[in-house]
Amino acid sequence: MRIALLFLVIAIGLVSCSGKRSEDTIVLTGSSTVAPLVADAAMRFEKTHPGRRVEVQTGGSSRGIADALSGRAIFGMISRELKPDEAALTAHRIAIDGIGVIVHRDNPVSAFTREDLINIYTGKISNWKSLEGNDAPITVANKAEGRATLEVFLEYTGLDSADIVASIVVGENQQAIRTVVVDPNAIAYVSIGAAANEAAAGTPVKLASCDGVEPTRENVAAGKFPIMRPLQLVTRGEIPASAHEFLDFLTAPANRDLIESHLYVPLAE
Amino acid sequence: MSRSRSDIILRAGLGTLACLSGSVVLFILFFLLAGAMPALRDGVLPRLFLDDFWQPGSQRDPQFALLPMLAGSILVTALAILIAAPLGIAGAIFHRFYLPPRFAAWNERALELLAGVPSVVFGFWGLTVLVPLINRLQPPGQSLLAAGLVLGLMILPTVALTSQSALRAVPGAQLLAAAGLGLGRVATVFHIALPAARPGIVAGVLLAVARAVGETMAVVMVCGNIAKFPQSIFDPVRPVTATIALEMGYATSSHKALLFTAALVLVLLSAALVGWLAFRKGNDDAVVN
Repeated sequence: MRIALLFLVIAIGLVSCSGKRSEDTIVLTGSSTVAPLVADAAMRFEKTHPGRRVEVQTGGSSRGIADALSGRAIFGMISRELKPDEAALTAHRIAIDGIGVIVHRDNPVSAFTREDLINIYTGKISNWKSLEGNDAPITVANKAEGRATLEVFLEYTGLDSADIVASIVVGENQQAIRTVVVDPNAIAYVSIGAAANEAAAGTPVKLASCDGVEPTRENVAAGKFPIMRPLQLVTRGEIPASAHEFLDFLTAPANRDLIESHLYVPLAE
Repeated sequence: MSRSRSDIILRAGLGTLACLSGSVVLFILFFLLAGAMPALRDGVLPRLFLDDFWQPGSQRDPQFALLPMLAGSILVTALAILIAAPLGIAGAIFHRFYLPPRFAAWNERALELLAGVPSVVFGFWGLTVLVPLINRLQPPGQSLLAAGLVLGLMILPTVALTSQSALRAVPGAQLLAAAGLGLGRVATVFHIALPAARPGIVAGVLLAVARAVGETMAVVMVCGNIAKFPQSIFDPVRPVTATIALEMGYATSSHKALLFTAALVLVLLSAALVGWLAFRKGNDDAVVN
């Protein structure tokens, strides 16, 4: 009897799950960098728009592209620019992931070129003296394999992860920041949002300029800062009105706090 | 009649529960094996021991050397034991034979408190206090030495508390007999108490080894995570657990299978340790009896 009841409950659950997935359900699949932000926004969207459902699944940018092309998802989530052979899709930028280079506040060096960063991270420059800094060895902090931050950095420098000669490998943004705080000769790269928050809170780290561009949120939002990647939703052809509504919701000024809480940079208004 | 029936029920219930907890380890092994399968099928197993570097994410030249990380695990553990064992055992001797009971209770409470400090707190303390000090001696500071010190402090309570209880379990009659024979305290400690407490102390040290091999959170924060054989104690190291913690959340298909393989090797390593321990224990018991 009890078991029969259990089956009934499961059956009802399954039916209601499949039943709910009607035109009102907005399905997004793709990049695991974009997914947590979209999932948070989806929760808020469902609360303020009763009856609407948003379904978010991860699986990487390539899945996002494939699902948007095949129509399995209304939106594909990608954390890069569209490639030329993906022109069938339309990209909607929702935020920017900017990566900033950080050094200790007391480090006299506060500007790098792409060339400098390549030389530092391949071990060709190993003393701050070469960059008109103190006579001290550079502690090179790199991100662990697989981190999105590492991928953006590799893309910017054109390096392969095998080229990098690091003194320390770190995981989270926080760990990178702590490493620079306790070692005045360290260099690391982190999400600009994370570093800007810390610097504003008085932590002795500073964001360095890259290729002459200051690492401000404004420069990132305007697409001027070089180490960055766009977080985008891609669609194919016409999309339903409810999907349009969700897209507008994502970039609405009222929801910038969600983007900032994920340490990404909202688009310029 | 009803008594034997309740006995049967109890026996069946206890048996089920015991089998359940025993089979957890089998489930874990199966889970790891299933996760590692894609890598094992690709014939990546020999590469774990033949490659020179750990760079699974490289586009140009992916390499999967596990040996430097196994060495990292072993070196960090060895250093931690080298720190914790003398401190813990010496402390236990002092606690048992020299410390007035009033203070002895406080000493125990303090050690229990130390045992309860979360590992992330140890890691944070290591990163903000210990690492800058070592950095001044020799950069980068995040190193084998830092990891060994932090881990040594973390396992110290395990060694100290088990040694204390092992010493406490030495029969009072033996100690009285020693006093009766006119032996001094030094002779009593080194020739009567320590030999009698040896199996308990060894078991405590091995328990600490097991914990040190598996510890992750604190180590990741202070070891520097460079997957190379360290040349000195000031060089960074990367234990296997650190690799899994750093990369698992972000790894994709084949990289993930490799991490499962690394975890499998680590579990087999601790299984070997436990097996060796059981074997040794059997021998010790044979000697005692």
